[in-house]
Amino acid sequence: MGDAVAEQATKRELHRALVERVRDGAGRSSAEQRAQAFAGEGLAGPLDALIGGVVTRPVRVSDAAFAAAKAAGVTDDELFELVVCAAVGHSSRLYAAGLAALAEACGDGAV
Amino acid sequence: MRLDVLNSGYGPGTKLLFAMIRLFSGHPVPDAARIVFYRPDFYGNHAKAFTHAAMRGPSTWSVADRELTAAYVANLNGSAFCIAAHTATARQAYQNGPMVAAALADLESAPIAEPLRATLRMLGKLLVEGVVDAADMRAVLAAGASREQVEDALAVCAAFDTTARLADAFGFEVLAPEGFEAGAKYLLRRGYK
Repeated sequence: MGDAVAEQATKRELHRALVERVRDGAGRSSAEQRAQAFAGEGLAGPLDALIGGVVTRPVRVSDAAFAAAKAAGVTDDELFELVVCAAVGHSSRLYAAGLAALAEACGDGAV
Repeated sequence: MRLDVLNSGYGPGTKLLFAMIRLFSGHPVPDAARIVFYRPDFYGNHAKAFTHAAMRGPSTWSVADRELTAAYVANLNGSAFCIAAHTATARQAYQNGPMVAAALADLESAPIAEPLRATLRMLGKLLVEGVVDAADMRAVLAAGASREQVEDALAVCAAFDTTARLADAFGFEVLAPEGFEAGAKYLLRRGYK
């Protein structure tokens, strides 16, 4: 994206583009898994534990959590994508909650 | 970092760039900067565009205010890398280290303007509880922050909640203080592009 285009786009549009790329675009992991990581729920086994940690308490994510996911056959590239989706998903929920509360405070339905 | 691909999975051109930066700056490229070069079509390009817009795009918050907001978000997330990076950047931007330290230590007694204090207080609730309501927002607006400023602060929060989670999950290396100071100078000169 060129500088001029980026500066003209609103912050919310740029954020939406980030979300749509990591969650819905092409990837090494499945779109279903990325959507689950983004939502922070629905994954199974070691991935559930790892992604749950990214969403709830990232400072406690451990080498062992990554090792368990790799031992279950998940590749580095898949883990990269799923962790990114989990982080973007969490911050997106905060962003949406804040914007919705702001809209309500300002007396309209959409910011 | 915890994934091998994030340590060594870069093309020759990117590896050369990292080596040149290290040579000329005297410091390794921080992991927060390295990660946006890994498969940039997936995450880095869009993340940089959003983060740069939030931190350096049009806003009536100063760059210093936005860097302090990033440091405040990092502090509440307990992210050592991001706390150090954005504390250093806010300190340089304000040219006032004690004020930045005071804001992170005790928001309510810190010598900062009321609109910023109220905005950070609201972000603190959002980060800790995951929710805010219209009454929280009305309190921020009553303290003097504009609607646009609140929206801008929410964008900063979104950008750095993401980065803090990636920093801790992937295990970004915490640099020596002089490495963070050099990174802060770069961020104030070039932004997040």
